[in-house]
Amino acid sequence: MEKIVNWFSVYWQDSAEGTGTYAYTLLLGLKVTLYISVIAALVALILGSIVGILRTLPSPWANRISGAYVEFFRNIPLLVQLFLWYFVLPELAPPSIGLWLKQVPNANFYTAAIGLGLYMSARVAEQLKAGINSMPRGQKMASTALGLTTLQSYRYILLPMGFRIIFPPLTSELLNTIKNSSVALTIGVAELTQSARNMDSYTFQTFQAFTAVTIIYLILNISITYIMRFVERRIAVPGFIAGK
Amino acid sequence: MFGNFDFEVIIRSIPYLFMTGMVFTVKLTIFASFFGVILGTLLALMRLSGLWPLPQLAAGYVNLVRSLPLLLVIFWFFFLIPFVAQSIVGSERPITIDPFISALITFTLFEAAYFSEIMRAGIQSLSKGQVSAGYATGLNYRQVMRYVVLPQAFRNMLPILLTQTIVLFQDTSLVYVLSLNDFLGIAGKIGQRDGRLTEMYLFAAVTYFVISFLASTAVRRLNSRIAIIR
Repeated sequence: MEKIVNWFSVYWQDSAEGTGTYAYTLLLGLKVTLYISVIAALVALILGSIVGILRTLPSPWANRISGAYVEFFRNIPLLVQLFLWYFVLPELAPPSIGLWLKQVPNANFYTAAIGLGLYMSARVAEQLKAGINSMPRGQKMASTALGLTTLQSYRYILLPMGFRIIFPPLTSELLNTIKNSSVALTIGVAELTQSARNMDSYTFQTFQAFTAVTIIYLILNISITYIMRFVERRIAVPGFIAGK
Repeated sequence: MFGNFDFEVIIRSIPYLFMTGMVFTVKLTIFASFFGVILGTLLALMRLSGLWPLPQLAAGYVNLVRSLPLLLVIFWFFFLIPFVAQSIVGSERPITIDPFISALITFTLFEAAYFSEIMRAGIQSLSKGQVSAGYATGLNYRQVMRYVVLPQAFRNMLPILLTQTIVLFQDTSLVYVLSLNDFLGIAGKIGQRDGRLTEMYLFAAVTYFVISFLASTAVRRLNSRIAIIR
């Protein structure tokens, strides 16, 4: 029993950073991870939807531009993309903007959140495109026959159904966003994985540090999966897919 | 914009970047996906076997690994592998393992979880009649898998397996955090030494883009050629 208590005791020691216990350090890390993930998920959802819609429009130019967007963000590793935004962009931008970029407070946090959002938006766009294309062609034809404009057919027919179809893959993209947010540590953001490394480097209790964040990631994953499954049932259209 | 851009530093470092860095990255990608597919197939077979505790073990492993960030898994394995090696060999101290081997073990075990889900989908996409017909012709489990199920599953899943390999190729850049000499690691080191990070990171991005883009275009072409029209 005493052995087990000792094993856990490191979490209640005051951290070398002087902000509280090591458990608190890990919670701060969790908070940063959640902030990054929420911002990134919003950016990904908004930009991904726009690009995904452009991918399915009957205009060749819209297709080409959105296709190039997706290829750009999909074929460069996330880590390299973050380096591009963090180290390269301020150098290549006009001097006044570059200087401003270098002086923004918490620049690494925002770079990570927005950079991750851009990276994930390409994946959301591909999902949405697949979702819209998976609907029977009759849906679009029927909406045209009813006299709806392109805008209206997207607003009332294609998007409401398309988003429901891609809801399960979007859930896994959200989980991917949380997992990928750990890459932010490479530009010095103290998110969850980094907080475990900090704890490890001060205490040398590597096993305890990594075990704690592993469990936190697992809990995060499981709870989001359950919440999303609930939402999925609530938004299901009767007679379709998950509907009754 | 490109006013004080130094292309010379890129040209100067190309031999080192590619002969050492890219060789490391590509070797890691190829070996890790090769062993990852084998291990992933075994995990998929375990999961579909129905022999208690095999499916539970395989599912537990796959779900655990798939819910953790790759970076965390990399830190875990680089911490654990020396101790595991110590207990295998029975030496007194944790053993220092060659970083390439450690990275290879890490990526193989990590990607196996993803490959196993792909293989499971591939196996489950076949009709039950295939297995039944195999048993009816007198083949045993091994032979049914070896001659009937797996060849078809591999063929059906080949494009997805290759796409996952491209993802793996990009993921190997994360060994940067261990400052190994992979492509990105070397680009970063040269950039830091010469004060030319902008040029080196931009060059690294272009290189990754060109390779991944060509590879994914090739996979798409392959996909349209081998797709079985049903």
